[in-house]
Amino acid sequence: MKQLKQLRSMFTDQSADRVVPSSGITARLTLFVSAVMAFLAVFALALSFASGRLAQSWGQDLAGSATVRILAPPGQRATQTEAAIKVLDTTEGVLTSRPLSDGEQRALLSPWIGADLPLDELPIPRLISLQIDPETFDPVGLRLRLAAEVPGAVLDDHGRWRAPLIAAAGRLRLLSISVVILIVAALAAMVTLAANAALAANAKVVAVLRLVGATDQFIEGAFIRRFTIRAATGAAFGTVLGVVFLMVLPTNEGPDVAGLLTALGFRGIEWLVPLILPVLTGSVALVATAAAARKALRDLA
Amino acid sequence: MIELEQVAYSYGGGELLSDVSLTLAPGSFHFLTGPSGAGKTTLLKLCYGALLPTSGKLSLFDKDVRNLDRDGIVRVRRRVGVVHQDVQFLDHLPVSENIALPLTVAGRQSENDQQDLDDLVGWVGLGDRINALPPELSGGERQRAGLARAVIMSPDVILADEPTGNIDWEMSQRILTLLVELNRMGKTVLVATHDLSLIRTAKSQVQSRVLRISNRGVQLAGADL
Repeated sequence: MKQLKQLRSMFTDQSADRVVPSSGITARLTLFVSAVMAFLAVFALALSFASGRLAQSWGQDLAGSATVRILAPPGQRATQTEAAIKVLDTTEGVLTSRPLSDGEQRALLSPWIGADLPLDELPIPRLISLQIDPETFDPVGLRLRLAAEVPGAVLDDHGRWRAPLIAAAGRLRLLSISVVILIVAALAAMVTLAANAALAANAKVVAVLRLVGATDQFIEGAFIRRFTIRAATGAAFGTVLGVVFLMVLPTNEGPDVAGLLTALGFRGIEWLVPLILPVLTGSVALVATAAAARKALRDLA
Repeated sequence: MIELEQVAYSYGGGELLSDVSLTLAPGSFHFLTGPSGAGKTTLLKLCYGALLPTSGKLSLFDKDVRNLDRDGIVRVRRRVGVVHQDVQFLDHLPVSENIALPLTVAGRQSENDQQDLDDLVGWVGLGDRINALPPELSGGERQRAGLARAVIMSPDVILADEPTGNIDWEMSQRILTLLVELNRMGKTVLVATHDLSLIRTAKSQVQSRVLRISNRGVQLAGADL
């Protein structure tokens, strides 16, 4: 409670502001660097959200489905398909199973080998689409049963190629969060340097203030207020600029890899997240300046 | 007010002051003299808590300085006005704000203070210079502004370290007169100076005592200056 009161008086005691001369270049550089850092942080945050969305959509779309391929001579294909459906219908975790029609298979293949497909003349495997419950579905058990009863059936549960994609998206997300953390840390370092420079440049001012009876709190407050306001203002500029950039970027909905690059941005409530950047920057500046000022004052009689 | 009992102070190199016992009673006027480097400034710094004694007991306003934290020292500073030979100001603020600085940092500014400030500025004769910046002031004006700043909080004690070191004789006398007037108002005054003619001049205006630093100690000098 006492700290809170101190903090409030620190920001309401305007008379303290005039006692520290405004230093042109340090002030402008602090503003500039805070703005740049916030601008970059907006993109890192957007990347983190986009990669998170990507991992989620890949996971959702693919986790709920699997495919069984029937690789059999044309004569046996229908019977093997029937046998496979029978096996699938009695397998735990399989919600529905449905063989794709010729038309559906043609639609799937036409982007790859052209529309005029003599499907009957090609030894194309029959595909059975499964809706599965990822909790109870046991691909290993099903594979064994299929091997025993339907020799031409091959189960593809998508996990094999889904896992590395989800892992990659997860790593991308981790990376972008690390970037945000690094940006905040670099900002803290920058503000500490700037505050130290300002304190050193104003050593005479600090000595005069001490002599005429200023408390440490008063002197710290004058510097802290200045740097906090500067850093937060700079970060606000950078955030607004970054968000505007994201808004004018062309967007394209979709879970594909191109979607990651073009869907870089925020959705719905996520747009509020960049708003914490100026607050976070201000808080980091406050703590960094307070630490620097406290140390500088302790060194002074 | 300020009491030193067997106080010693040593810098890294060696002992500068040793076995100093001294009491500044309320309303007293003391000169502190001695050769350069004898420790006049050090003794004054001890008296306003800028330095802590290496041994002995030092009480400021009946409080042992060793028991004072940094804010405690600050509270002492608000009751002690200090004038240095080269008074330092905040060069970006006009004279009036510099003089009022002790009020500003203590968070004590009111309508009454404005009147006090005007009176004070008039008293030190800087009425037409209040909007000037400190670097624009002459040596004598700086000293008077420094004195005004030292007394605006109406301190109980005024410590002056060579207040006339940089200014001509006429201005020195004017500063002295101001200090004597403060003493008549009941303030305790301690002036460190090596200017013996200033001390002689003061003798005719005020009941003062002369302390001399020699051989690392402080002695009460005779009246035969």
